[in-house]
Amino acid sequence: MEIKMMKNIMEANDRLAGENRALFRDRGITVINVMASPGSGKTSLILHVIKSLGSELGIGVIEGDIASSIDAETIDRLGIPVYQINTGGGCHLDAKMIRTALQGLTLRKKSLLFIENVGNLVCPSTFDLGETFKLVIASVPEGHDKPFKYTSMFMAADVIILNKKDLLPYTDFERESFYKGVRAINSKAPVLELSCRTGEGMQTFISWLREHVREEL
Amino acid sequence: MHEYAITQGMLDLVLNEAKKASVSKVTEIRLVIGDLSTILDESVQMYFDIMSEGTLAQGAKLVFKRVPSRFRCKVCGNEYDKPRKGFECPQCGGLGLPTGVGREFYIESIDVE
Repeated sequence: MEIKMMKNIMEANDRLAGENRALFRDRGITVINVMASPGSGKTSLILHVIKSLGSELGIGVIEGDIASSIDAETIDRLGIPVYQINTGGGCHLDAKMIRTALQGLTLRKKSLLFIENVGNLVCPSTFDLGETFKLVIASVPEGHDKPFKYTSMFMAADVIILNKKDLLPYTDFERESFYKGVRAINSKAPVLELSCRTGEGMQTFISWLREHVREEL
Repeated sequence: MHEYAITQGMLDLVLNEAKKASVSKVTEIRLVIGDLSTILDESVQMYFDIMSEGTLAQGAKLVFKRVPSRFRCKVCGNEYDKPRKGFECPQCGGLGLPTGVGREFYIESIDVE
């Protein structure tokens, strides 16, 4: 006997993500899911934002790592509420982990919450966490071909950061090719070029954040 | 390797359905997977074999129906399957945008006894 199912396999995750999203909306929390390869500058970017905006809005961070709490300790030292998720080998965060993390995190009612996903350009793109924005970082040394290879990640992005722009003169990174790849699959997300090391371009990103943080802030 | 979590979710949905229908065995599961969904068939199969052990779905055959990712050319309007390399329209060389076809990821049906 055949049973027709037509059931979305991501159903359980998507339902929880929807609940997270409602929860964030109620509390006026803007949530940014930061996704990128290992070493592309996820933590550095978050640290920059803390320095620039930490005095004007509440900021919290959920750190996702396979193991270790190195990044969480760095953030904790700045006096920012941080919750460490260790996935123990798992390659991505899911909506349920975020729900658990929220219980261990004291956030001001209206604040900005960063979720630093596990360094990986594939798996995290499949899991909705309930975030307000998906932010994808590409960095110059990774090469200009990443949008062509990691299509679903760049498709999902609401905003794309091209980090380490200070290294452009020292690499074969072809800007034109990178933009062509991004625009083929994502016509909306702004691409912001910056360098976490030199601070160049950071103000543009900070302005983007200010504009997109929930209006009620 | 996110297929581990995904396969568990899929198996839960199937077992739930089998339980509702009060059947004793699931013999086949038909999955529809778009090429843009970042899911590897072999990996789902491997996890399924391990996870389904001792359940109603043990030994069930997994059928993967792959859906190619369809793009529509912004220049000439042609619809085409995404080429292996790049996103260009095979007809005019213009850039295309994803149409949404190719992101499917669902259980179509199951066979039960």
